Amino acid sequence: MFKKKRNLISASLLLLFTVATITASWWLPVLPSEMDSAKRLIGPSADHWFGTDHFGRDILAQTVVAARVSLVVGLSVALISTVLGTITGLIAGYYKRADFVIMRIIDGMLAFPSLLLALALVAALGGSVSNIIIALSFSFWPVMTRIVRSAVLQINSIQYVEAAKTSGIGDLVILFRYVLPNVLSPIIVQGTFIFAKAILAEAALSFLGVGVEPSTPTWGNMLQEAQIYISIAPWFSIFPGIAIVITVLTLNILGDGLRDSFDPHAKGKVNRKKGRLKKQINVA
Amino acid sequence: MLQYTIRRLFSIIPVMLIVSVIVFLIVHLTPGNPAYLILGEDGSPEAIAQLEEQLGLDKSMAIQFVDWIKNILVGDLGQSIYSSEPVIQVIMERVGPTFSLMITAMSLTLIIAIPTAVFIVWRRNTILDPLFTSASLLGASIPEFWFAMLLVLGLGVAVPIFPVAGYVPIDVGLGDWIYHLILPAFVLASVEIGLIARMLRDGMLESVNQDYTKTARAKGVRESVVLMKHVLSNALIPTTTVIGVMIAGLLGGTVIIETIFTIPGIGQLLIDSIHRRDYPVIQGVVLFIAVVYVFVNLLIDLLYAFLDPRIRYD
Repeated sequence: MFKKKRNLISASLLLLFTVATITASWWLPVLPSEMDSAKRLIGPSADHWFGTDHFGRDILAQTVVAARVSLVVGLSVALISTVLGTITGLIAGYYKRADFVIMRIIDGMLAFPSLLLALALVAALGGSVSNIIIALSFSFWPVMTRIVRSAVLQINSIQYVEAAKTSGIGDLVILFRYVLPNVLSPIIVQGTFIFAKAILAEAALSFLGVGVEPSTPTWGNMLQEAQIYISIAPWFSIFPGIAIVITVLTLNILGDGLRDSFDPHAKGKVNRKKGRLKKQINVA
Repeated sequence: MLQYTIRRLFSIIPVMLIVSVIVFLIVHLTPGNPAYLILGEDGSPEAIAQLEEQLGLDKSMAIQFVDWIKNILVGDLGQSIYSSEPVIQVIMERVGPTFSLMITAMSLTLIIAIPTAVFIVWRRNTILDPLFTSASLLGASIPEFWFAMLLVLGLGVAVPIFPVAGYVPIDVGLGDWIYHLILPAFVLASVEIGLIARMLRDGMLESVNQDYTKTARAKGVRESVVLMKHVLSNALIPTTTVIGVMIAGLLGGTVIIETIFTIPGIGQLLIDSIHRRDYPVIQGVVLFIAVVYVFVNLLIDLLYAFLDPRIRYD
């Protein structure tokens, strides 16, 4: 029951963040781009809850609007790497010959720490929202392939798939009708985690100055600018960071909760473990 | 063991081939002419042509790739466009700070993660365990660079205990070296501590009720001894494999941490080279990190097979 509630709460929070950032121009009292040179680097107050930045812009408004890029990048990367990873994972898990080739490529890609691979790609493609989406999708895709492949390998040997194969049903039908629905839960769980990781990675790239153009408000860009003023205007560094933590934490809690509710075995394991522990205490 | 070692060594070949293709493609993925991009608008047609020749861009892709592979095999990673020095030399000059940072971060991770896991398992039926699980989830949600900024704010600006920037080589003084590394290494370690401690905890919980631990308890062995001698030692073996994942995290993290704490390592070199569009250095650093990572993983696998004979015959 608690798990279900937890998933519902985190999913609703995400929806709330999305709606809030999309509709920001209707409810924000100040425009995020509005500059006021008389109010530069002013601490949090009734007028500016999160304070102002070095151009006198409202940090709350900036933080809310910056969520757009983060959510768009996170969601797109999650979707693209999930689709790519699912297709390659299905093929690798189902066809033995393709498996060898695909997995060697995946192993090679996994030889790069994912942030490094993204950095190298952004260095080549140039920094923009779409290039960052491409670079991050490419870096997170191999992990998804591995997960889908190992799930397919487990399903492959189950009797109903064997039965479908012997009854002469086409491979595509088997893959999409019998295999895919049974490997969906690890895909969804991993997709949620990729969403979270992509938001962190985009922020890191922008912070390093190789991400989204500095003129676009993103959390990473804001923090990069804030770094210089950290000793005189700490609020400038604190609030965008909190926004990242809350969003990513919500996604991680959702992913964790989804994993628990999709996987009855995992739940059983936990319960059994607890049971065993309890028994042991009684004995002691 | 010998057979396993040979098999594992051969498995590196396809991985390294893919790695080199990806690194090679970095230059060729750039939209437009890389030579023009590197020199910018001031580049005269002659200079562009000369750079094209230096980078080998005037030849066909296939020939360029073969040449490139031949060169890396003899350790020639090309020449930096920015400093005109050989790339391998530029990288080697920067390796010291990065490895110092990584070794300090790894030590910190193990020093903190192992006792934490033992303590959590020892007090497994208290509020500590769920608290720890939540804390590790929160830890995975905090951007490293932001955590670094907060620490700089707290321990560098508000209560100045640690230096917030710079690096002191080890031969200048061991104390100074460590003193400058503590803060950045702690940030780098913070993400990994949660991961490793959680892996260890899970592994220890698996064996905490195995027959051999029960026997030990029945013999009257104290719980602390059971945990340290029987439970921890068994959980440590599978954890060696996570060290590979940890090193990947650390290698990626150094890029960010070195930039924030102005440590002149290969991470900072990479970022500087991206800003300067110094493609040979970018390729060199990326290749170097990937090679280090592949070989560290190889060593870990061999170590694992050595510690746990079952792996060799799998």
